[in-house]
Amino acid sequence: MASLDRTARSFLLAELLGGMALTLKMMFSPKHTINYPYEKGPLSPRFRGEHALRRYPNGEERCIACKLCEAVCPAQAITIEAEPRADGSRRTTRYDIDMTKCIYCGYCQEACPVDAIVEGPNYEFATETREELFYNKDKLLANGERWESEIAANLELDAPYR
Amino acid sequence: MADLFDGIWWSGYVWPTLITILLILCIMIPIMLSVAYLTLAERKVIGWMQLRKGPNVVGPFGLLQPIADALKLLMKETIIPAGANPVLFLIAPMLTFVLALIAWAVIPFSDGMVLADINVGVLYLFAISSLGVYGIIIAGWASNSKYAFLGALRSAAQMVSYEVSIGFVIVTVLLCVGSLNLSDIVRSQAGGGFWNWYFLPLLPMFVVFIISALAETNRAPFDLPEAEAELVSGYNVEYSAMAFALFFLGEYANMILMSGMTVVLFLGGWLPPVDAQPFTWIPGPIWFAIKIAFVLFIFLWVRATFPRYRYDQLMRLGWKVFLPLSLFWVIATAGFLVAFDLLPHSMN
Repeated sequence: MASLDRTARSFLLAELLGGMALTLKMMFSPKHTINYPYEKGPLSPRFRGEHALRRYPNGEERCIACKLCEAVCPAQAITIEAEPRADGSRRTTRYDIDMTKCIYCGYCQEACPVDAIVEGPNYEFATETREELFYNKDKLLANGERWESEIAANLELDAPYR
Repeated sequence: MADLFDGIWWSGYVWPTLITILLILCIMIPIMLSVAYLTLAERKVIGWMQLRKGPNVVGPFGLLQPIADALKLLMKETIIPAGANPVLFLIAPMLTFVLALIAWAVIPFSDGMVLADINVGVLYLFAISSLGVYGIIIAGWASNSKYAFLGALRSAAQMVSYEVSIGFVIVTVLLCVGSLNLSDIVRSQAGGGFWNWYFLPLLPMFVVFIISALAETNRAPFDLPEAEAELVSGYNVEYSAMAFALFFLGEYANMILMSGMTVVLFLGGWLPPVDAQPFTWIPGPIWFAIKIAFVLFIFLWVRATFPRYRYDQLMRLGWKVFLPLSLFWVIATAGFLVAFDLLPHSMN
């Protein structure tokens, strides 16, 4: 009886018509497409995007050239050179990130004791040439100025979980 | 020389040729446009069914997308692989494309609106659609590439298998009509509404025909010749630019042709679904187009719904299910017609 039932169902295309009914129903249901350049999906505060070097509110740069990020970087994308400044404080003279090497693991921002290097919420930094992705200290500090409000808000949102 | 122009040469040969060329253009241009917009409709319908929006950037609602695609393909370079046979390599797409178009000569768009009203229209259609496999085989062989060759072999085996059951389906319809003229087939479905069309009394055959048409045009779920996952893209891997576009156009023109055949054989051609006032106002060619669009929608709908068949399943379905089923229905229909003395008069 079961085999008769199965044969009848297969000859009456029961399963196939059921599948087609489902796709027809889906045709008229709301679409999930996000119209990307005009609409964007939500981002987590922990999103790891383009890097930025931050400053203190008084304008002093946070980075103290401890080179922990350089040491922890698994892709060895970070290059730092440092020497004492005229006022005796330790600061970087060179802070380069090769964005073509970076794997966006976020270890640098985890390692940083002063929250200087962070990965911000920006993911739209594609360039036309490879050279433009070799970021130097000026570029990273400029990123920090550009994204400071978003970065600070994200750090605050994520702080309870750290 | 002067009497050549006012003589029999002009009125008997040149003028009819010009008129025929004009008529051919009247059929071809709408078909080419439908092919272009069928590609857009396919992407839209499948997009909607997968909860996407489909192309919506080029022009309003993406309506200029086919034009953008065509321009892109026209501008690209036609690459002929070093190992390929260049003559056959270029003939294959043209053959596919031309065969998909010349079949339209016998399709009746309305009562009397047909380019060649020949008495063996069904045979002509069947022959032309069978020839279509040559374009694919030649392409696969001339490409000198293993993927193209495997795709072509699959396609040939598949088309041959499903043509058998399509043949039997056509025979059942012909038994009910008693004529091979496509206009006669439509006329014999006239008088009354859609309940006079052959898809109701011959429902199993209608289903077999639709499924075989999917296999015949290499459409999902029977698109094994171009199974992307296994064969890169099948018989047309080595093709680019306009040669590729001709294959593409040929495939879609074939889809429209098989839909047209379905409409003529089973869905009453140009006839309105209900033989009453508001429906009869709409002219025949419009009804024909609406019905073709409906069958094409089924093609796209099926593609959005079902995964690809495995090759042995495809062969099993063709030879062990459809062939016995359609053979049985030929005999059952013939027996029914003889037993109740319903055979069409021209056959008595």
